[in-house]
Amino acid sequence: MSDLITISDLVVDFDTKRGTLHAVRGVSLSIAAGESVGIVGESGSGKTVFSRATMGLLRGRKVHRTGKIIFEGTDLGTLDSEHVREYWGTKIAMVFQDPMTALNPVRRIGSQMTESLVKRLGMSKADAKKRAIELLSQVRLPEPELALHKYPHQLSGGMRQRVMIAMSIACNPKLLFADEPTTALDVTVQAQVLELMADLRRDMGMAMVIVTHDLGVVAGYTDRIAVMYGGEIVELATTTDLFANVKMPYTEALMNAIPRIDRKRGSSLATIEGMPPDPTTNHTGCAFAARCPFAQQKCHDQHPELVDAGNGHLYRCFFPIGGK
Amino acid sequence: MAGTGKAHLRDSPTPILRVEDLVIEYHTKGELPVQAVSGVSLEVHSGETLAIIGESGCGKSTLGKGILQVIETKSGSVVFDGVEITKLSKEEMRQTRPNIQMIFQDSISALDPHMTVSSIVEQPLKVWNRGNAEERKTKVNDLLRSVGLDPEVVGDRKPSEFSGGQCQRISIARALTLAPKVLICDEPVSSLDVSIQAQILNILQEMKNRYGLSLVFISHDLSVVRAISTRIVVMYLGKICEIADPDTLCDTPRHHYTHALVSSVPVPDPTIKNRRAILQGEPPSSTNPPSGCRFRTRCPAATELCATEEPQLREITPGNYVACHHPRN
Repeated sequence: MSDLITISDLVVDFDTKRGTLHAVRGVSLSIAAGESVGIVGESGSGKTVFSRATMGLLRGRKVHRTGKIIFEGTDLGTLDSEHVREYWGTKIAMVFQDPMTALNPVRRIGSQMTESLVKRLGMSKADAKKRAIELLSQVRLPEPELALHKYPHQLSGGMRQRVMIAMSIACNPKLLFADEPTTALDVTVQAQVLELMADLRRDMGMAMVIVTHDLGVVAGYTDRIAVMYGGEIVELATTTDLFANVKMPYTEALMNAIPRIDRKRGSSLATIEGMPPDPTTNHTGCAFAARCPFAQQKCHDQHPELVDAGNGHLYRCFFPIGGK
Repeated sequence: MAGTGKAHLRDSPTPILRVEDLVIEYHTKGELPVQAVSGVSLEVHSGETLAIIGESGCGKSTLGKGILQVIETKSGSVVFDGVEITKLSKEEMRQTRPNIQMIFQDSISALDPHMTVSSIVEQPLKVWNRGNAEERKTKVNDLLRSVGLDPEVVGDRKPSEFSGGQCQRISIARALTLAPKVLICDEPVSSLDVSIQAQILNILQEMKNRYGLSLVFISHDLSVVRAISTRIVVMYLGKICEIADPDTLCDTPRHHYTHALVSSVPVPDPTIKNRRAILQGEPPSSTNPPSGCRFRTRCPAATELCATEEPQLREITPGNYVACHHPRN
């Protein structure tokens, strides 16, 4: 498979009152056409900033970004806001966590959906309406004609997320970012939405990036998983390899923290003690060292680089689980 | 779902909390009243963690608020520690409330942003005039320490300086200041990262053991409650579908709705594929619920009987109560 997008050494800093905040500290990642990649991390790990920066959404005086984002031969990072807009929706699209705030509360679903079709694809109003109905049935929204006349608050959370997905795939993007697409939904609806996204990806041949804090959500729906911590990728592997041969103690801790329905009642759940590192400070050693049960002096003194275990399984650790 | 019925209620040992035929209605302008809780009976035994599970709109949060009497109940009874609390006067209820406390999903907005952490935790003691300033301070510091916060560090700071997980710890400390007997937890970990969820669940468990609390744990996520609950009650559109201990409920669900809920939970293991029996659609409107069994419109096993007759809760195996005409084997 050829790479659809290649991100190399992406760094994103923000100017804040407390000093420079290092949200993303040199992330490199390639995504092939049609591939599904999960980006997993806790709050503050930089996963959301990474995906937004990749789309070129973060701009302004207080944002400093370096690194390359090569999408189909063009560096999105060098484009000005006028030109990067041409990619939004048509080539790269995004689904956000909270569909209530992502939709305009005072406009009907129909007018929000047809707007982009008319403006972007130059459709007539009648065609756009027809296409909107088609899209809504594609995301399996019951009674799509009626939904067009509704306001966002008249739909349930799951239905609003379906509308968001319908809008994001309207122009057949090649890459879809989904930022915590199911976190705000009930488990039953979560399963429906994940299945829907998997089906759409297959049918449309689109690459997908699912950003989430829950490894359990992405386990069944991704080809590869990148685990982020402290603004860096700390482990990157195929999904099956990651679960079978986890290398990074942080990834293992994340896995153990997930409450599992297929496990019997236990006395106490595994936790990760301590807090994620402060993004305004520079750490010399490994970002996870302070919370790592296996940390040694070396981990506090030196910054580990990403190491390839041999099969493309990358990890950032001096003392990986199961040895080197 | 299910049905009404009280076959599962036991009188001995005397439960700390007993809810019988509770009905709670919401009235909206120009629309029919919505029965959010429609004849629910349950009991919480001393030292137990009773989990209430269901999708959005099943009435689980309303039930929690109904138990606390912070919203008006239409009919039915709530007996706390032998006292019928739906009939109490406002002042009598106020006197009872320190015994039943609640923590919420959005812990950040549940705390007054202008108050310092120690004054937030101290406030219930001031309201009830318990102890002098020094005694209160000792109590507050003890509580903060027991939820894993250092009072010297956090005491003078304000909620905005803390993460969601830390705010939930503060909420727990505040809820425990008056030494309640029952703590109602409404989705206490739903908005937290998985890594933080486990910390909060462990704290709740520890507090329960240390202070002899009984917990009512409201959640939509079965994987969270399996680890910590004594019994699980499954609700759908204002009624109870199934009651069982966590292992029975998760391993051999008898109600078709419970089965769908169990299968919807993502399992963090890429080798397990396609085990998700996915429930189609979403719950119907509770303004005009389906006749008979309320789950029949989404149920794979529904027959004509389900439309005409409402199933009652009955005991299928010891301790496992199901309201279904055609339970799974």
